[in-house]
Amino acid sequence: MTPFEYARANDVADAIKQIATDPSAKFIAGGTNLIDLIKYDVEGPARLIDISHLPLRSVEETDNGGVIIGAMVPNSDLAYHPLIEQRYPLLSRAILAGASQQLRNMASTGGNLLQRTRCFYFYDATTPCNKRVPGSGCSAIDGVNRINAILGTSETCIATHPSDMCVALAALDATVHVAGPAGMRTIAFADFHRLPGDTPQRDTNLNSDEIITAIELPAKGFSANYSYMKIRDRLSYAFALVSVAAALELENDTIKDARLALGGVAHKPWRSPAAETVLRGQRAEASAFESAADVLLRGAKGFGHNDFKIGLARRAIVRTLGQAARATPQSISDKRIR
Amino acid sequence: MAQSGTAGPVRQADALPEKIQVTLTVNGTRATLAVAPWTTLLDALRDHLDLTGTKKGCDHGQCGACTVLVDGRRINSCLTLAVMKQGAEITTIEGLANDGALHPLQQAFIDHDAFQCGYCTSGQICSAAGLIAEGKAKTADEIRELMSGNICRCGAYPNIVTAIQQAMERS
Repeated sequence: MTPFEYARANDVADAIKQIATDPSAKFIAGGTNLIDLIKYDVEGPARLIDISHLPLRSVEETDNGGVIIGAMVPNSDLAYHPLIEQRYPLLSRAILAGASQQLRNMASTGGNLLQRTRCFYFYDATTPCNKRVPGSGCSAIDGVNRINAILGTSETCIATHPSDMCVALAALDATVHVAGPAGMRTIAFADFHRLPGDTPQRDTNLNSDEIITAIELPAKGFSANYSYMKIRDRLSYAFALVSVAAALELENDTIKDARLALGGVAHKPWRSPAAETVLRGQRAEASAFESAADVLLRGAKGFGHNDFKIGLARRAIVRTLGQAARATPQSISDKRIR
Repeated sequence: MAQSGTAGPVRQADALPEKIQVTLTVNGTRATLAVAPWTTLLDALRDHLDLTGTKKGCDHGQCGACTVLVDGRRINSCLTLAVMKQGAEITTIEGLANDGALHPLQQAFIDHDAFQCGYCTSGQICSAAGLIAEGKAKTADEIRELMSGNICRCGAYPNIVTAIQQAMERS
């Protein structure tokens, strides 16, 4: 660990001002990922700017029927918030599928988006990793890659984004509100995280001098027909090998609208408009779900140890869409898959 | 061995940053400490306040041995900087007993033999105190799920769940 200085930001404007004057500084909110990375010498900021006390802790309805969530709302508070439980249960379930209650009590909404990959080699500062040290090489492609990506990979990086919450936010078409020296802007959730390409060191399109202030959800919450399924190496408190967020709007047995996003398989939550188009207008039954899975997984490629993820993802998509269609979402605490 | 050019973005600091004063209320007693910015709440409790009941297990938020209550909520003290908790109320395992009478969870862990080596126990009990305060767990499955952040390498889980159920019934 490298020593660092500490300063507290009083408000959003102060936070932006402080980061602008010290490019080697980083913001800290919940700290659940950043402190860990500092301990592993993966991150070495000269100064931490504490934004955890900023007044961004409300969850409120918007004029257009949606909900806006302050960036400092703890993950646990968000998962159990009545507006989220009732209108966006997919988001609530996804949050509760991630981490532990202690970590959810600490982790912020904004920070959840910015957590870094859990690729073993990214965490091991003695090995080459293009995400940690650009140009040093990727140890995972020919290494132990059981947990790594099968979609959207590049020759430089096969890391995955580890969040569960973000998979639901992608499916729900959330919008990220950010503030920076040039003022406020919004980023569509699909554009927030990046594919690795030849710049795997950049996880997101947030600039280093910007701060997330809020996440906005549109009115449509798919609260009747949804499910979040997370497949992992133990039954709780582990990162996803594959996770599926599925949401359907049904008219009798016919699919009017559909959302489908995968976690644990790519550098960002994986969604494809084409896969959702395949579902619209179809009867909600296995054959339609299988067709959608095939489209969503088009181009999937394993790297040896993670080849199993392709078949696992296909079956998980079909099962999760079935749960959504039957309005029997996967339970968080009962681990049987029905 | 580190290979050249592969390590992370680690700087060499010219001089150590100055210590920062932080005031915490720990188990009902106010304490003002001078800590380095990187001192975790766990290290502040153990090394500055001699409250060694809170254990350092993995030191990476993966085992739950360091669980304490901050303003009534359970958190991992190993991933929390002490300086960020200025003014907070902290409860550790040492603060659960009331006038010498064991906390219902402490008694339940004894009654049900809910430990073997005991290293995870203070974290398990503080986590369970947070769980009961949250009020979200009703069934054994829900207790297991919401206690999954506390690892017991002795495998005392069945007795831990039974002990928590006893304490929940009596709270």
